[in-house]
Amino acid sequence: MPTDVLDRELVHSGHVGCPGCGATIAMRFVLKALGEKTIMVLPACCWSVIAGPYPQSALKIPVLHAAFETGGATATGVRAALDMKGDTETTVLTWAGDGGTFDIGFQSLSGAVERDENFIYVCYDNEAYMNTGVQRSSSTPYGAWTTTTTGKDWKKLRKKNIVEALVAHRIPYAATASIAFPEDLLRKAQKAKNMKGSRFLHIYASCPTGWRIPSEMSIKIARMAVQTNIFPLYEVEEGLRYTINYRPKEYLVREYFRLQGRFKHLTEKDLDQIQQMVNEDWELLLRKAGEHV
Amino acid sequence: MKRVLEGSHAVAEAVRLAKVQVISAYPITPQTHIVEILSQYCTNGTMKAKFLRVESEHSCMAALIGAQSVGVRTFTATSGQGLALMHELLHWAAGARLPIVMAEVNRALAPGWNIWVDQTDSLAQRDTGWIQMYCEDGQEVLDSTIQAFLLAETVNLPVMIVLDAFYLSHTYEPVDVPEPEEVDRFLPPFAPKFQLDTAQPCAFGSLVGPGDYMDMRYQIALAMDDALIRFGDVEDAFAALFNRRYGPVEAIDCADAEIIFITSGTVTSTCRLALQELRAQGEKAGILKIKLFRPFPVDRIRKELQAAKKIAVIDRNFSFGASGIFAQELRAALCNTPRHPVVFGYVAGIGGRDVTPELLKEIYWLTKNSEVPQKESIWMGIQEVKYAD
Repeated sequence: MPTDVLDRELVHSGHVGCPGCGATIAMRFVLKALGEKTIMVLPACCWSVIAGPYPQSALKIPVLHAAFETGGATATGVRAALDMKGDTETTVLTWAGDGGTFDIGFQSLSGAVERDENFIYVCYDNEAYMNTGVQRSSSTPYGAWTTTTTGKDWKKLRKKNIVEALVAHRIPYAATASIAFPEDLLRKAQKAKNMKGSRFLHIYASCPTGWRIPSEMSIKIARMAVQTNIFPLYEVEEGLRYTINYRPKEYLVREYFRLQGRFKHLTEKDLDQIQQMVNEDWELLLRKAGEHV
Repeated sequence: MKRVLEGSHAVAEAVRLAKVQVISAYPITPQTHIVEILSQYCTNGTMKAKFLRVESEHSCMAALIGAQSVGVRTFTATSGQGLALMHELLHWAAGARLPIVMAEVNRALAPGWNIWVDQTDSLAQRDTGWIQMYCEDGQEVLDSTIQAFLLAETVNLPVMIVLDAFYLSHTYEPVDVPEPEEVDRFLPPFAPKFQLDTAQPCAFGSLVGPGDYMDMRYQIALAMDDALIRFGDVEDAFAALFNRRYGPVEAIDCADAEIIFITSGTVTSTCRLALQELRAQGEKAGILKIKLFRPFPVDRIRKELQAAKKIAVIDRNFSFGASGIFAQELRAALCNTPRHPVVFGYVAGIGGRDVTPELLKEIYWLTKNSEVPQKESIWMGIQEVKYAD
């Protein structure tokens, strides 16, 4: 573990996250890396509730709750005002879910990154609209059941590749991270903190409620997503320099899918097809990282 | 110093004098002249402000909500579709009690595309918790914009300065532009009552249950009531320094008037001319110009209209299925008074059509020659169209 991480907690135990909530674990680690001189912009997401109702707050940093689709824009204003007051030291952090990032907040995020606004944007990704009761988002993976993709209408479209969309903006720093790999997550959050311009962290955050898994499986499932190459750990600097941070051991996608209720309808043939898609994506990433033979 | 300025530039000069710190804008005709000047002022150092070139009006207001929450003075300008896109965040700005100031250039809403004046865009935002002031000329635009910051920061509510597309935004007039030191005496630096601060971490806008939520909304209602009183205080302070005052309404020849026009925006100027001609013919006519629309100055309106027999409300806007919006507001303000004038509603000048002195005089005679209104609103200058099945 990095030694210069806060031993104090900036997430209090009174939060109202579900047992095993990956988003809560992600918050705890990121705030340890960023520290107390951080102002958070919090567009609508599970964390709008997890942080606790008025007049309480589970977070020991200033929080500005914001409209769903405004994560990038609200942070733009916070940064501008801090700069006008001569405060260039405070980190501005937008903390958003996958719906607020991939879907409704994508324009605002794209605008902010194109302007190279000086802030960190964290998307904690639980692959659906979990706060409203598990509806599909453009981050929901191929094969998944949600309450709006039920029965034979399970999602048959790929998950949007949000990191590559940001890389296309030539964002100074974009990285994936996982709650199951805390050293890697802390290092990336600290690295982001020490950079300028727009920085994006995409954190895989399991959701026992929405994924139909036991809460004690939260970390294991998140780890397997990395080990199967479903969610590779990598980082990209200046939209050009790729570094792959973790080399998986030949785990099969099948094992990850079979543990989760949201995928239980899939046939062996479906799983073979998904394995092929995951292999393709990994090959593509290797080529981008210049490692493909 | 007197300068010949476009209405848009009168707004920009006021924003410069108010020492706004963060400006955010997205281009839309006919608002562009306001923000182009301000962008140049930020670039050339005339203003010490940050200009955010955001990717939509929605993001524009979101950015100002972020900036204002950190405790700096903010401004934007928009029109028509842009204001409609901002709608969600207009509620947000008022609910968060942020004293943001915005210039809104009235523009007709699509379809079809129409860049000309129509008040429906801003009046459709009447329930968002924004103070709204409708201006008649360039001087009023400049003065009201400077006053808007003091009023907004006093009651912690956002203010919308409303001006007609082209007739005001693109019309050059002589405008007295005050010196910066004079404005400094009127408008001190912004002292936020709350702000995001890492030394005192708080959460703004958290989840709130029905009990607290309703109390918070009541506080906004009280602040709006207070704004009506504070508007007078702000005008007093301004008049003491600059010797100009507009009032929440302006009553012109109302004392002995039997028929009173109700106007807003640039139609008022045209109506002043029509009024002169009517008075010259011995007609007992008057004008009540409505400047302050939210909070609506109900008591003043009742007082100014108490002796009139009829009022002719000119609406450059329409609420489909009801009537002109000012006419609705006037009926609502008057209905509980023991005796009040009959309310005649007229829709005119929609989508930039000219409202001429002749049209206003036609409205006067229509009103004088009718016992009671035939309709809630009469659309002026419409050719009857018979549609095929």
